[in-house]
Amino acid sequence: MYNIVIVGVGGQGTLLASKILGQLAMNNGYDVRVSEVHGMSQRGGSVVTYVRISNDQPLYSSIVEQGQADIVLAFENLEALRALPYLKADGTMVVNTQEILPMPVITGSTKYPEDCLSRVEANANTIKINAVDIAHECGTYRAANVVLMGVCAKMLPFAEDEWHKAIEQCVKPKFLEINISAFDRGYAYK
Amino acid sequence: MKKLLLGNEAIARGAYEAGVRVSSAYPGTPSTEINENVATYPEIYSEWAPNEKVAVEVALGAAVSGARSLACMKHVGLNVAADPFFTATYTGVNAGMVVVVADDPGMHSSQNEQDTRMLARASHAPILDPSNSQECKDFLKLAYDISEKYDTPVILRLTTRIAHARTLVELEDRIELPLREYNRDIKKFVSMPANMIGRHLYVEEREARLANDANKLSINKIEWADRTVGVITSGAAYNYVKEAMPNASVLKLGLAYPMPRKLIEEFANAVDTLYVIEDMEPFYEDAIKSWGIKCSGKELTGVQGELFARKIAAKFQGAEEAGPMNTQGIPARPPVLCPGCPHRGLYHILGKLKLTVCSDIGCYTLGALPPLSGVDTCVCMGASIGMAHGMEKARGAMQAKKTVAVLGDSTFCHSGLTGLLNMAYNRSVGTVIVADNSITGMTGHQNNPANGYDIHGEPTTALDIVKLCEAMGINNVRVVDPFDLKELEKVVREETERDELSVIISRRPCALIVKQPGVPFVCDSEKCRNCGLCMKIGCPAIRKIETGVAVDPTQCVGCGLCAQLCHFGALNPEA
Ligand SMILES: Cc1ncc(C[n+]2csc(CCOP(=O)(O)OP(=O)(O)O)c2C)c(N)n1
Ligand code: SF4
Ligand code: SF4
Repeated sequence: MYNIVIVGVGGQGTLLASKILGQLAMNNGYDVRVSEVHGMSQRGGSVVTYVRISNDQPLYSSIVEQGQADIVLAFENLEALRALPYLKADGTMVVNTQEILPMPVITGSTKYPEDCLSRVEANANTIKINAVDIAHECGTYRAANVVLMGVCAKMLPFAEDEWHKAIEQCVKPKFLEINISAFDRGYAYK
Repeated sequence: MKKLLLGNEAIARGAYEAGVRVSSAYPGTPSTEINENVATYPEIYSEWAPNEKVAVEVALGAAVSGARSLACMKHVGLNVAADPFFTATYTGVNAGMVVVVADDPGMHSSQNEQDTRMLARASHAPILDPSNSQECKDFLKLAYDISEKYDTPVILRLTTRIAHARTLVELEDRIELPLREYNRDIKKFVSMPANMIGRHLYVEEREARLANDANKLSINKIEWADRTVGVITSGAAYNYVKEAMPNASVLKLGLAYPMPRKLIEEFANAVDTLYVIEDMEPFYEDAIKSWGIKCSGKELTGVQGELFARKIAAKFQGAEEAGPMNTQGIPARPPVLCPGCPHRGLYHILGKLKLTVCSDIGCYTLGALPPLSGVDTCVCMGASIGMAHGMEKARGAMQAKKTVAVLGDSTFCHSGLTGLLNMAYNRSVGTVIVADNSITGMTGHQNNPANGYDIHGEPTTALDIVKLCEAMGINNVRVVDPFDLKELEKVVREETERDELSVIISRRPCALIVKQPGVPFVCDSEKCRNCGLCMKIGCPAIRKIETGVAVDPTQCVGCGLCAQLCHFGALNPEA
């Protein structure tokens, strides 16, 4: 069983990531629970998506709770910090090193913590990646989510071509090539 | 074949498989994706109705005339639709009718936390409560059978975590049902007192019959395990109970109302300690206690918010409580108006003029948050107009000159028309602003009766708000672009000053439906004097830096609003 939490800012494309993961797990005979966020927080608020996959225990809840996540996939630094409590002691945090300022920081009523990433690294096994730049090199910064999938792939028990297949099932044909190369770049990332 | 479906997609699939012919809905989180997906099945006629009352009436008409029908809405939508619904349970149906209502415990995207089971009981409607997507589909099909067998509309209740969770669903074929015969039946379908007295007696009899049958209904089931602890539960709470208390015996109520008293008594007698674990109100618990059965639940969990497995383990099994998610020193990230949002120009001017703003429900409610901080009230769809009028009548015409009602185009169609008619009829001198972004934005961009497109994106007639206002006898109707700040300010000043009712249509499409975003702006640090004026509009794409401001090119859509605020010409489109 794997518990994965995907966090980011509404509008960043976290839903595609959970869709690919769910599709992949289903293709491979796993039971799946995905909990998505639609509605208000999609307007630039914090968004959290939970993915649970299992081929050994029954799944009921679609929520991953504190201390239960094997992997947290964070699309933004501050959201990575916020999501730390989800991780298991031996869990892994994958962070796309991007800063998106929340409105209270923009208005000056509070500060963006400068030590965001170092706090994350001090508390969890962390993989940092600038997925936006890599995605941009592949053709569009919007494929950052799929670069992150590539990083995540090495921690999950599915073959590379199974990932390609799931991506093919989840993205529009005209964006397939960009997304596959984005995935491969993430997969090759060290 | 199995597919990974959202609860909402599974409901749509269930409607298809159940042979539903007509589906009407008004969007509302977390229910919106149901009808969006129904629209992908050509076998079903689907539509966006202007509001939930109309949707329920459409579904009732279809069912009475012999076709299985569906209406979908969020929890508060049923308040709007309560009038037809509470009598539809008296008239009953012909072919089956189901109303899917999605509750939002924890208020992820809602103004309150009401529990639809209470309205089901109040209206004497059966209500089903599924726990995953497969059950969404199975329960919906069963709901049609119940509707037809007991001659009543049935509610299927979802909660956010069921509606918006993907789980595996086994697909089946559609059953094609012929239209049932329609015959005039005055005693049943004409709700005059003489007829409805008989129907009320029928409702009582039917409810007692269903309550009795519920003891044997397949979806009310006991999962026996260790009998020292027994739990009665349903819906999302069932999932958390199974994870938190794997050893407990569980009575899962698939039919939340009417409740199977015999089955519950049998279960209660067989376990040493009985817990009732349910989201929201103590609906089961109160009923069970009223039958003299000892149990506990809400005194341990409280009513507000969602239940999760760890909370249940802590409250009922003494496990360690999960601490609060550490938020210390971590700034919150509330939702914001998008870069390029047309509402931003409007709220900037309303704030500048220091007006009292009776706002409404939609993206523009976000104008309440800093730095715009421009909303006095927001209660329910349409309330902006009624409340502004109430303020005027309580405090006099001077108040009207300092007050505006603000509501979106979808909200105006939903329940603004009657409020505006009231203002015209009762000689208001107030000002109503329709923030017309040509879409139903907050719920994820659905077409509506004012934008000229139907649920499939096909062109249709569009409500002409200007002509509508004229027809109401309103003499002052102005259309203005909210990104023309000078003109907007002038129009708002003139119309609030005027001793007559006015309507201002603040018109510019939502930034997310504009296909071609503009060129991002950049700040010229030579010209920038670091005054911070451009920061007042709260665009998430601009941030302060030491030398002035910086625009994030991945977020900026080039709307140019910030540049209008800059006195020094420092903000310009990227060369
Ligand atoms: C009775 C009721 N039905 C549905 C909703 C869900 N809802 C909230 S905002 C909104 C859409 C508002 O659209 P519009 O007025 O056009 O404003 P926009 O979001 O586009 O700015 C809807 C449908 C609700 N809150 N209450
Ligand atoms: S979705 Fe449209 S209306 Fe809503 S905040 Fe964004 S731009 Fe504004
Ligand atoms: S032009 Fe200015 S106000 Fe408009 S999106 Fe860009 S930064 Fe924001």
